Amino acid sequence: MTPLRDAFLSAAVALGLFGPMVGLLTVSGEHGLSLELRPIATAVIVGLVFLGRLLVLSWRGRGRVETYKTNRALAEGIAHAGKFIAPVLLVAAVALPFTGSRYYVDLGTLVLTYIMLGWGLNIVVGLAGLLDLGYVAFYAVGAYSYALLSTTYDLGFWTCLPLAGLFAGCAGVMLGFPVLRLRGDYLAIVTLAFGEIIRIVLTNWVSLTNGPNGITGIPRPTLFGLRFSMEGGEGTFAGFFGIEPATIQRVIFLYYVILVLALLTNWVSLRLRRIPLGRAWEALREDEIACRSLGINVRNTKLTAFGMGAMFGGLAGAFFATRQAFISPESFTFIESATVLAIVVLGGMGSQLGVALAAIVMVGGLETLRDVLSFLGDQMNSPLFAGIAGQLPLYRMLIFGLVLVVMMVLRPRGLISGRTPTVALGARKEIAAELVAQGRG
Amino acid sequence: MLAVSNLVMRFGGLRAVDGLSFEARAGDITAVIGPNGAGKTTVFNCITGFYRPTAGAITLTHRNGEKFPLHRMPGHRIATEAKVARTFQNIRLFAGMTVLENLLVAQHNKLMAATGLGVLAMLGLGRYRSAEAAGIRKARHWLDAIGLTERADDPAGALPYGAQRRLEIARAMCIDPVLLCLDEPAAGLNPRESEELNRLLLRIRDQGCSLLLIEHDMGVVMRISDHIVVLDHGRKISDGTPAEVRADAAVIAAYLGEGEDDEVEA
Repeated sequence: MTPLRDAFLSAAVALGLFGPMVGLLTVSGEHGLSLELRPIATAVIVGLVFLGRLLVLSWRGRGRVETYKTNRALAEGIAHAGKFIAPVLLVAAVALPFTGSRYYVDLGTLVLTYIMLGWGLNIVVGLAGLLDLGYVAFYAVGAYSYALLSTTYDLGFWTCLPLAGLFAGCAGVMLGFPVLRLRGDYLAIVTLAFGEIIRIVLTNWVSLTNGPNGITGIPRPTLFGLRFSMEGGEGTFAGFFGIEPATIQRVIFLYYVILVLALLTNWVSLRLRRIPLGRAWEALREDEIACRSLGINVRNTKLTAFGMGAMFGGLAGAFFATRQAFISPESFTFIESATVLAIVVLGGMGSQLGVALAAIVMVGGLETLRDVLSFLGDQMNSPLFAGIAGQLPLYRMLIFGLVLVVMMVLRPRGLISGRTPTVALGARKEIAAELVAQGRG
Repeated sequence: MLAVSNLVMRFGGLRAVDGLSFEARAGDITAVIGPNGAGKTTVFNCITGFYRPTAGAITLTHRNGEKFPLHRMPGHRIATEAKVARTFQNIRLFAGMTVLENLLVAQHNKLMAATGLGVLAMLGLGRYRSAEAAGIRKARHWLDAIGLTERADDPAGALPYGAQRRLEIARAMCIDPVLLCLDEPAAGLNPRESEELNRLLLRIRDQGCSLLLIEHDMGVVMRISDHIVVLDHGRKISDGTPAEVRADAAVIAAYLGEGEDDEVEA
């Protein structure tokens, strides 16, 4: 098929798809609903698809020979760049609150929560190669553990945090048992179901969880016993340091709490990779049968991966509960699992830096895109764009989805897809992603 | 040391192994040969715990007299306690891990015991450091033996085919087996590599590890085996030294008179 014909075909598919979705708009007029046509917006999109397809085809047509060596060079280059990017990111993360902007700190807290979840899931999906579509279940278990313990038994955040991690870890092991023998699609389905079961139990067990109404008045964390309350005085952060109480102090404190928790997750997973347990997880991802022939207890190894991943999900959940001060089953829907999994896959399974970058792009980027689009919309005064200028911010999800598709086309194994060996006789050499298995569950 | 008695393995209506009995003596290289579909790999899978036999017993006796009923033990304990290692017909290395990592994963249980439930090793405390150093020394020993020290930090999947075969044997040897089961180790090797393999296998035997191998390459089998068991249709049709087996009329008939069936895969 010639590229031109292929591009025309893609454009035709785009027309069929976007014609009704973008080209037709229902407006409520005097006589009920009426249809309004938007040919220009449709034409723009179809044109973009046409050009995009041509671009992709010509880029492929250049006869890129993907050899192992060039890919390893790329993996090595990225790993080198990573040595600089990681400290820069860390410094930026520590310095962020000094901007003093509540908006940025809040956004940073959100991004860090997802980075932590991504790193936690990375243990299960990236290292052990077990596809988990129900990760939100452990997030929920952690959140509800903290919420219930603190409101029922009046325990503080720092007492409940390890308990929440423990409970979530146990939930992970509990999920692990029935899915031990499952692989691939079947594993994905059962984990997906597990996520839904937890959410539905939370919704319906009204006597314990207060059902869909959720739990309110979850206490905030304290800094060595100092509360962040607005009245100031004895026993509060502002009173102790003799400064004016302000909400931003608590927001910044929460930001640093999640930063420390996320870094802890990162440190533990980096360390785990270098001890036999982590190596066994990766071996399991590469070849389960070979593992068994070497006397590795596959069952226990899988369970520890589930438990460890779930524990970090639970810790993040406890943080989520204390930050929101209110939780309900609404917050723990499948879309959360999907987002976290997308972060791990987009970042490159098994890569810590990749996951962090992907979380910044997925969560931070989406927010930034909203601002950029509304800014662009304001700039468009031409009558040609009158149809879409006002609604430009609504296209944010569409553009975002497109960016994800393009990224996966360009780097199918994620942003950072190579693997760094855990031990070496000489110098550590990056391993190209083509050789690294992705796990079959 | 390995006694297989009345082994039966049924897959639905198919009797892949039908009342097989043989013995492999300590310090010997015992070869199991037979036409395609004779049930060789199935026997291997029963011995190494990948299949649970329908009937019969497989008993391994260590030099100290300790007995292990392999037909009843869970798969991973056959490697850790009974010390039976194996390789696979279609090479199963950890392709995305380096050669050295492959050999360290093989020492998982020994290294794991030194990590103090993982916590101490994570903090860099305890005796894990020295345990890992010992593990790397052992890995080096085997890398030297198979001539892959130079490529220790390369991913296993990037090695040439013959080197992958040798690495798989070295990896199996890293669990310190008393019995090493090799499933067609010479398949796909050129004559020179095949010769190197022979030397490696003889060296392993001379170190006191018994070998059990499935092989199609009669050159390898006749040259290095001490004892040959011939299977056909899941039954033993001959058993003896290479010279005896070569002269056996039943063996000649089985090899010349049978069509090709599909091997029962691992």
